[in-house]
Amino acid sequence: MMSSKPVLRGKRPKVLVLRAPGTNCDMETALAFKVVGGEPELVSISDFRAAKVRLMEFSIVAIPGGFSYGDDVAAGKILANQVKLYMKEIRNFVRLGRPVIGICNGFQALVKAGLLPFSGAAEQTASFTANDSGRFEARWVHLRLNTQSMCLWTQGLPEMIELPVAHGEGKLVLKSPRHLEELKKNKSIALQYVSDDGKLLGYPHNPNGSVFNIAGLTNPEGNCLGLMPHPERFTVRHHHPNWTRQTFMKEGIGLEMFRNAVKYCQS
Amino acid sequence: MTERRPAAAPNGKRATTAPVVPAARGQAPADEGLRFTTLPPKELKELNAKLGWSLNDVELEAIRAHFKKAGREPSRGEVETIAQTWSEHCKHKTFNGPVRYSDGKKSRVFRSLFAETIVKATKELSSPWCLSVFKDNAGIVQFGKGGRWALAVKVETHNHPCAVEPYGGAETGIGGVIRDVLGAGLGAKPVLNTDTFCLARPDYSGELPEGALHPVRTLRGVVAGVRDYGNRMGIPTAGGGLWFDDDYRLNPLVFCGTVGILPTWAVRKEVKPGDLIVAVGGPTGRDGLHGATFSSTTMDGETDRAAVQIGHPLNEKRVLDALMVARDRRLYRGVTDCGAGGFSSAIGELARDCGARVELEKAPLKCSDLEPWEIWLSEAQERMVLAVPPKSYPELERLFHAEGTGCSVLGEFTKTGRLVVTHKGARVADLDMGFLHDGMPRVERRAVWTEGSKPKRGPCGARGGPAVRGRLGSILTRMLAHLNVCSREWVIRQYDHEVQAGTVIKPLQGQRHDGPGDACVIWPVAATGDWEDRSGFAVGHGLNPSYGRVDPYWMALCCADEALRNLLCAGADISKASFLDNFCWASPEVPEQLGGLVRAALGCHDAAKGYGIPFISGKDSLYNQSRDEKGRELAIPGTLLITAVAPVPDITHSLTMDFKGPGNSLFLVGVTKDETGGSLLSQMEGCSGEVPKPDPKAAARSFKAVAEAISKKLVLSAHDLSDGGLGVALSEMAFSGEFGASIELDQILTSPAMLSDETILFSESPSRILLEVSPKDDLAVMRALKGVPARRIGSTTANPLIKVSGLDGSVVLETLLVELKAAWQKTLPELLK
Repeated sequence: MMSSKPVLRGKRPKVLVLRAPGTNCDMETALAFKVVGGEPELVSISDFRAAKVRLMEFSIVAIPGGFSYGDDVAAGKILANQVKLYMKEIRNFVRLGRPVIGICNGFQALVKAGLLPFSGAAEQTASFTANDSGRFEARWVHLRLNTQSMCLWTQGLPEMIELPVAHGEGKLVLKSPRHLEELKKNKSIALQYVSDDGKLLGYPHNPNGSVFNIAGLTNPEGNCLGLMPHPERFTVRHHHPNWTRQTFMKEGIGLEMFRNAVKYCQS
Repeated sequence: MTERRPAAAPNGKRATTAPVVPAARGQAPADEGLRFTTLPPKELKELNAKLGWSLNDVELEAIRAHFKKAGREPSRGEVETIAQTWSEHCKHKTFNGPVRYSDGKKSRVFRSLFAETIVKATKELSSPWCLSVFKDNAGIVQFGKGGRWALAVKVETHNHPCAVEPYGGAETGIGGVIRDVLGAGLGAKPVLNTDTFCLARPDYSGELPEGALHPVRTLRGVVAGVRDYGNRMGIPTAGGGLWFDDDYRLNPLVFCGTVGILPTWAVRKEVKPGDLIVAVGGPTGRDGLHGATFSSTTMDGETDRAAVQIGHPLNEKRVLDALMVARDRRLYRGVTDCGAGGFSSAIGELARDCGARVELEKAPLKCSDLEPWEIWLSEAQERMVLAVPPKSYPELERLFHAEGTGCSVLGEFTKTGRLVVTHKGARVADLDMGFLHDGMPRVERRAVWTEGSKPKRGPCGARGGPAVRGRLGSILTRMLAHLNVCSREWVIRQYDHEVQAGTVIKPLQGQRHDGPGDACVIWPVAATGDWEDRSGFAVGHGLNPSYGRVDPYWMALCCADEALRNLLCAGADISKASFLDNFCWASPEVPEQLGGLVRAALGCHDAAKGYGIPFISGKDSLYNQSRDEKGRELAIPGTLLITAVAPVPDITHSLTMDFKGPGNSLFLVGVTKDETGGSLLSQMEGCSGEVPKPDPKAAARSFKAVAEAISKKLVLSAHDLSDGGLGVALSEMAFSGEFGASIELDQILTSPAMLSDETILFSESPSRILLEVSPKDDLAVMRALKGVPARRIGSTTANPLIKVSGLDGSVVLETLLVELKAAWQKTLPELLK
């Protein structure tokens, strides 16, 4: 019988930071968890293939950004298949309410593995395609959080935040229009790209052309979050492009997401 | 990394030469061998040309003499190995060789140009932060607190391949320089990439010879190559530059740089006899043979344009990730990358002081029909060679295989002092290490420098007073729109400049994150894992071939001066900075070309000594010339890129260049002179003047005073004055910060006292920095700047415009920021629509 109780080492929840060839945001993602009291461990998908790791020994799973398998075939697609094949317990992990986050390439993998936006269904209902600009682009974006969402990762954060995005294949598309209604109903749209005054506008505010400006999705239960922006790149105020300006007083808001998950496991 | 050469023998034929000669040491040769020692000189030269060795006559004779003495013929593999090792690319014959230089007034003989200029300055400075200079794959300097860390820094060019195939050339260029850093010491983790391109204008509309690519295609290709490789490697690309000049149309320049971090214990390699020679990474194929020798030739329509390798970043990422774990488990004692010359160079370098025995049949191949010498020379990408103690090998192999990349033993290091290479028992090469590395005859080259005759142009900056009202505004707007000044956002946004979460000062700055930063600051926290340590570093650049057209000596000093000011304006501690030099020149066999290069090298020496900053690494790429559409030789302008790196002891004290508020004081540090030679003004207005001439000693004093003011947190923003002078720098600070400025030209320190409004506004006198200071700190800043040429020249304003009062007190320029910024932003997007 699997337990839903988070696994703690001392008071520090164990965090599995998943690596695959081409993953490249693993170190900074692990560091963010460590700073807020997690116990991160970099685990390669090949360790799952060799049955050397047990997923249920961890409290939190993070799939960081990068170009897993070179983004060959499509961004995150091969990793998604590997997760489906070798990390079958992940579905159970999510169902038991343990925190899971997929950032950028990790978000793409979660969606393509059918874990988001409806982790129960096991069917892929969304996907990603090339940015409308036709190019990889790195820029800071304004985001509006869905304050109605159950998402444990974003609890208590201000409604308007800023984070950087950096991707070429980040335009979220849905299998059918009815899925959008369902996402709204389930409060699954955790984050949306907006202008600095909170409006749903087009490029460059919506950096990739995602449907309904969607930047991040959560499962209805709120423990599994996927997002294109990079919270691990805003963990100190000096990460913000405007930190040198006198008027700028914000702290590294991305760190709060990691803190939320760690606290959730500790409580 | 390396200049790549399109594949093997011309016309696709394999070399067929002369009868088999028995081996001297019992083994049968693996190839048909060569009739080298008895061939008449004329036929030997023909063979040299046919097989693409690029050896000169003296070298051919030296090889002949060596094998005559040994009493046998060389194998093809042996001559190929020697040709690669002795190539301009690997041995830097011109830079390391003797040069007889004359500038009309006096002459000077250098026994080694490099040793007597750049290396000499570094030796004399003997800066304590330098841990390894000019010997490893990258320069290595101290980093951070407590002596735990070091930075490995390297900048390379990949010019010839980018002319042929921009995307693949730029990819393998960035891939190669990353491997240089992976192969520095026991391997450094890359934490920053930089890229600088020199290209023809994207709107070039003249003729091009057959086969030459239009500059727009080159620009799109090289940007995409750096983007796709750098982004996939997970390394932020956050520094660099673009320079446009139509004389780069046949020979674009692509500079790629990488900074890596490594623990200090891993700075030294120590290869021991008995260590296994282990190749890791991708398999070997018939990719880009003769890369090194290619760098000794001129390109023309006959150049085979089909064989530049395409990189595979995922393979290199696998190597990087496995290598860093292997390093920290101390599984190997030496490492180097396979660049030009492939295994032959990598193993030849590692075995330099001992010897090696290599069995080529053990190398994993992409295709089975490779000749043994091709395996030995192939420049297939994403491979590295390690020296591994036998007991560590099983663990090392598991590690690389788990990451999904290759790992195989090719042989072992020996103490014989010989490089012995076999294929299935047959000899490919058996060479004396001493002859291979030190046997190259030195050829004296002649260098001549004649001061350019004064161009028939009127002097710049004749206009002043009310007569220029309106006109200065129009010049300024056109300057901001000029290709060498305008916004690079189109390029920068395509690079992931924030991966690894350490880019605390970004390339794009200001209220809307789109202003032109001077230098990036990197906090390598993901690599060190030390959250409390706020140590970072900054990287800046200096490049201005227009000054070089007037005099490369002053170009070198100006480049060094600008690179340092870039660092200073980001808040770096330039008292512990280091320089890297990258020379790109045309043929050194033309005395006038070499004369310019000598001038630049002398400039580097004087810059290092004058500013007190050592050079730690460098590279030269020569023969950047091609035949144009009329069959004439088109040489690039002599080009020097100086990259400067310096520590930022506390990243929370770093600075950006955007104005921070209204009502702040503006201080201009430095003297404005009548220096418009090679300037943007001279190019736009067709006028001429003196080239900017830095005084390094005086500049160093100014920089120290500015550094003191910054360290006391008295400076809100700082920006260096470069292309377009004060007018451009002031505009950039203003529109990035979204605050206006009002300045008075009569407050500016000039020499001589009387200059025109136009000259003051657009002169490119070096060593000048514009500072924004809160009025409450005016006195403190003046105290910090005591004894240094500096004046308060105006203030920032809430009114969003630039207002300039001329020498006669009237307003000579009044332009809205929104107009200036629009001009600055539109150029590249419009050309690249």
